[in-house]
Amino acid sequence: MTDIFSTLAFYLERNFVVNALIVGVLIALCSSLLGVTLVLKRYSFIGDGLSHVAFGAMAVAAVVGLTNEMPLVLVITVISAVLLLRMGKNAKIKGDAAIAMISVGSLAIGYLLMNLFSTSSNLSGDVCSTLFGSTSILTLTSFDVWMCIILSMIVVLFFILFYNKIFSVTFDESFARATGQKAGLYNLLIAIVIAVIIVVSMQLVGSLLISALVIFPALSAMRVFKSFKSVTVCAAIVSVISALIGLLTSILAGTPVGSTIVAVDIVVFILFSVIGKFTNGGKA
Amino acid sequence: MPQIKCTDLSLGYGSQEILTGLSFEVNAGDYLCIVGENGSGKTTLMKTLLGLNKPLSGSIEFSDGVTSRKIGYLPQQTDVQRDFPASVQEIVLSGCLGRDGFRPFYSKADKALAAQNMERMNITKLKKRCYRELSGGQQQRVLLARALCATEKILLLDEPVAGLDPKVTADMYELIDSLNKDGVTIIMISHDVDKAVQYASHILHIGSELFFGTRDEYIAKEGAHHD
Ligand SMILES: Nc1ncnc2c1ncn2[C@@H]1O[C@H](COP(=O)(O)OP(=O)(O)OP(=O)(O)O)[C@@H](O)[C@H]1O
Ligand SMILES: [Mg+2]
Repeated sequence: MTDIFSTLAFYLERNFVVNALIVGVLIALCSSLLGVTLVLKRYSFIGDGLSHVAFGAMAVAAVVGLTNEMPLVLVITVISAVLLLRMGKNAKIKGDAAIAMISVGSLAIGYLLMNLFSTSSNLSGDVCSTLFGSTSILTLTSFDVWMCIILSMIVVLFFILFYNKIFSVTFDESFARATGQKAGLYNLLIAIVIAVIIVVSMQLVGSLLISALVIFPALSAMRVFKSFKSVTVCAAIVSVISALIGLLTSILAGTPVGSTIVAVDIVVFILFSVIGKFTNGGKA
Repeated sequence: MPQIKCTDLSLGYGSQEILTGLSFEVNAGDYLCIVGENGSGKTTLMKTLLGLNKPLSGSIEFSDGVTSRKIGYLPQQTDVQRDFPASVQEIVLSGCLGRDGFRPFYSKADKALAAQNMERMNITKLKKRCYRELSGGQQQRVLLARALCATEKILLLDEPVAGLDPKVTADMYELIDSLNKDGVTIIMISHDVDKAVQYASHILHIGSELFFGTRDEYIAKEGAHHD
């Protein structure tokens, strides 16, 4: 036991570990906030599609040879979010199919680009870390850390200021529209913020696992809690704690960060499902 | 001045026409019942009044402080999410948002209005409860309280008693009637012509034959048919 603590203490003296923990907590917080909306508004598909777009954008950034990939990836992903939302609304193009095309397309193009132009000696390692996050969280530059802090602030601020509106358009969009709420605008803002969350989260868990980070805490919270507020608060807490546990475990045990965090999220989900069964008499 | 005046309205989706030549008006304090067969376009008409659909042609004029954005509404078979975690209070409060513009939080007045409407719908003691665990009748009351937070002038109700048992149905009709007596204009879609005739001041029949007039005119016409 003392062994673990001394190892932990050793790591916590290191700047890069502290950075990783700060970034991890912020990302976990942001990604959980819109989870309920994403699940219930059937926006999960947008989230999924976008994370693949972000992968493609990452590949482009790598090929172009940018040192700071994040701004470019952010711009491309936000634009795609707006486009995907537009398409989803357009009844003529089947929304789902279009999104599948874009997401799988960018995955393929991204890999192709990396393969053709990458100068790295460890190509599959690069691809793997973009997809699954691997150890990149421990090699954050201070630019990454600041970018992440600023974007997280924006996401949290947006969420607090638009909390009631997000509730309203998620719960019943027709009513919101009919009573003069700017549902279209709020949908657009939500899509943009989802894009921001995805780009930020990509650093922690890689593009393939983002959906898990976003959705699991919300699903866990929904097992047990019943008002929007309590679910939101619970999801945020669950997400942050799981991320911390996952991060520390991965540092100590040398497991990949992203998948460890998601594994913790899954354990929590199972735990909450059981609790939910007991407290609701199996109703929920 | 009628609150809503529709002239020669055509309704439909895209190029497909569902209903043409519809003209009627609604005055403050009216209780209009819209009846018609399944698929005749009642819900479509309601969505058009709410500004969710565009009419193919014709005009809808609002006056007396009413706009398509100032109408409270109760959807048919709530398309709200089945497993949405939301408390009654959260839902009722969200009715205030249309008025709030970009103000991020609810004001004291909003909360007071929500409390008052929950009292009026007799759901105050349910306010912390989870919406999805309520009975159908209770859910309707919650949505009605939300609609009342959005407007005091006009309520549009799309089959508010569908799926309710006879006792709860009767309560619901009484509740709607009492709102009308308080001065709220009611536009209600219903399949129950008997009840429509009992409570409504005006009837709009759409479908194979169009009819718009007062309740008495409708009864006279229907009577003439049967003879
Ligand atoms: N979004 C849509 N796009 C195209 N056609 C539609 C759409 N919604 C409804 N319709 C069609 O419009 C017609 C009228 O539908 P509407 O829902 O207005 O009927 P209704 O009178 O409300 O019926 P009910 O009594 O069953 O509720 C139907 O033939 C329906 O198939
Ligand atoms: Mg209908």
